[in-house]
Amino acid sequence: MKILVCMSVVPDTTTKITFTENNTQFNTQGVQFIINPYDELSLTKALELTEKNGGTVTVATVGLADADAVIRKALAIGANDAIRINAEAKDGQFVAEQIAAIVKANGYDMVLTGRESIDYNGGQVCSLLGAMLSWPSVNVCTQIDVQDGKAIFERDIDGGRQSISSALPVVASAQKDLCEPRIPNMKGIMAARTKPLQVVEAISVENNSTYSLFESPQAKQAVRLIDASQAGQLIDILRNEAKIIA
Amino acid sequence: MTGIYAENSEGIFKKSVLEAASYASKIQNGPVTAICVGKPNEGESDKLAKYGVNKLIVIDGLNAFDAQMYSEAVTKAVVQAGINTLVIANTYEAKSIAPRIAVGMNASLATNVIAYPDMSNGFTVKRGVFSGKGFAYVKLEKTNKIVAITPNSTELIENNQSIAVENISAEQSNSSTQIISTSKAAGKIPLTEAEVVVSAGRGMKGPENWGMVEELADLLGAATACSKPVSDMGWRPHGEHVGQTGITIKPNLYIAIGISGAIQHLAGVSSSKVIVAINKDPEAPFFKAADYGIVGDAFEILPQLIQAAKNH
Repeated sequence: MKILVCMSVVPDTTTKITFTENNTQFNTQGVQFIINPYDELSLTKALELTEKNGGTVTVATVGLADADAVIRKALAIGANDAIRINAEAKDGQFVAEQIAAIVKANGYDMVLTGRESIDYNGGQVCSLLGAMLSWPSVNVCTQIDVQDGKAIFERDIDGGRQSISSALPVVASAQKDLCEPRIPNMKGIMAARTKPLQVVEAISVENNSTYSLFESPQAKQAVRLIDASQAGQLIDILRNEAKIIA
Repeated sequence: MTGIYAENSEGIFKKSVLEAASYASKIQNGPVTAICVGKPNEGESDKLAKYGVNKLIVIDGLNAFDAQMYSEAVTKAVVQAGINTLVIANTYEAKSIAPRIAVGMNASLATNVIAYPDMSNGFTVKRGVFSGKGFAYVKLEKTNKIVAITPNSTELIENNQSIAVENISAEQSNSSTQIISTSKAAGKIPLTEAEVVVSAGRGMKGPENWGMVEELADLLGAATACSKPVSDMGWRPHGEHVGQTGITIKPNLYIAIGISGAIQHLAGVSSSKVIVAINKDPEAPFFKAADYGIVGDAFEILPQLIQAAKNH
């Protein structure tokens, strides 16, 4: 089976987020970029599925040349090849249009995305792709398997879990717990240097949104400490002063 | 014309749907139309009417949830009703259908929206980005728009209407997906919608000690949550993990017990209105993010809190 894994390149989870240019740009100075953690799960799952059922795993990223180092890491983890769509990822809809064009041109049995990227948190690409390709889409999966030409998923729903099967081709998004992400080994890192990384130009799409300004969360006032021996007072304060509980 | 998608949770419209109705009628500056799939329970449409909905379109004929079929039926109803701005509560269900509806109605889509739009020059919304570490103002450029709002972000605004209910039927076509089974934790408040959350970390020492956490949560009508290490070690289900790679939540009150407050955890909870940190380490970073703090051992503090919560 042919699997396409959609990958976002995002700031490392420990990054302190700041903005520059009068808060119109994310400040990338000194920031370490990584594979979006949810996309790392879909990549690992894709590798597990092709190891079991045969097939290939391609990674696709919408980004400029500075994404290449992170793409090489995905190749080192085990993807067979990669495609970089040479454009800045404007928003989820822009990204989904680019990926949909790749899928239509190359044909895949399954497309995997992360539940959301940890930078823009849109959580849109999986379902957008489903609609653009007229495929079924299954969000926030904690298990993915392929049996007898069908995909079986376990996914999170509001307040519970659901087990669901789907015909192929299908697009699905990865949730935590899907698998343990793999760490590249020396052999993988060496092999990644020569694996194909194709760069294609973006297709033009209608403008969906424009980001104008960023804001950091407001700093908290100093904490009000309550003596440990009088801990019960906290409930009184929350009830009668903060009026936050009944 | 503004409308809402009213998620039908086993016949009930939850608070997040009523927030969407309030939001929609505020930006419409008048009554709005709601669309739901499947017949709601008796009296549920009155809840919508209270928050500005004067017309409810009920789509009948679809069986189990299927993202593709639901989206197609809702898109059709949206277009027929002349809705160009659709407001939806940002739940898992919304995330599986809102993007599909956006493609169907050629709309700009913004998720994680936390405030009313600025409509003085187009339509600009404020949304959470960087997993709680920042906010962005984004202008939706297309004529058609879908705004998915984070539960607990905007208030309920009463705006009593009399409501007309219209039933339309969708054709059940061959679904490419099939639900094998569904399990829901009965009576539990979904974490993303909870107004009060009691969360605990490694300071609890082991899963066997969660009884106290659950007892306090029950007394406060709260949902329970946990830190990443706790879910990684399997002490608690991963669905309870809040933080940058877990769930981002926005309750009115977040009580963190035995959680140090790493930047990744704070990212997921920092939008909570009031934060309480309980930790035996006075240097724990959580105290810098908290409104109230108690420096002490969870095993001594929790029984006092439970006792105080009972005395009411």
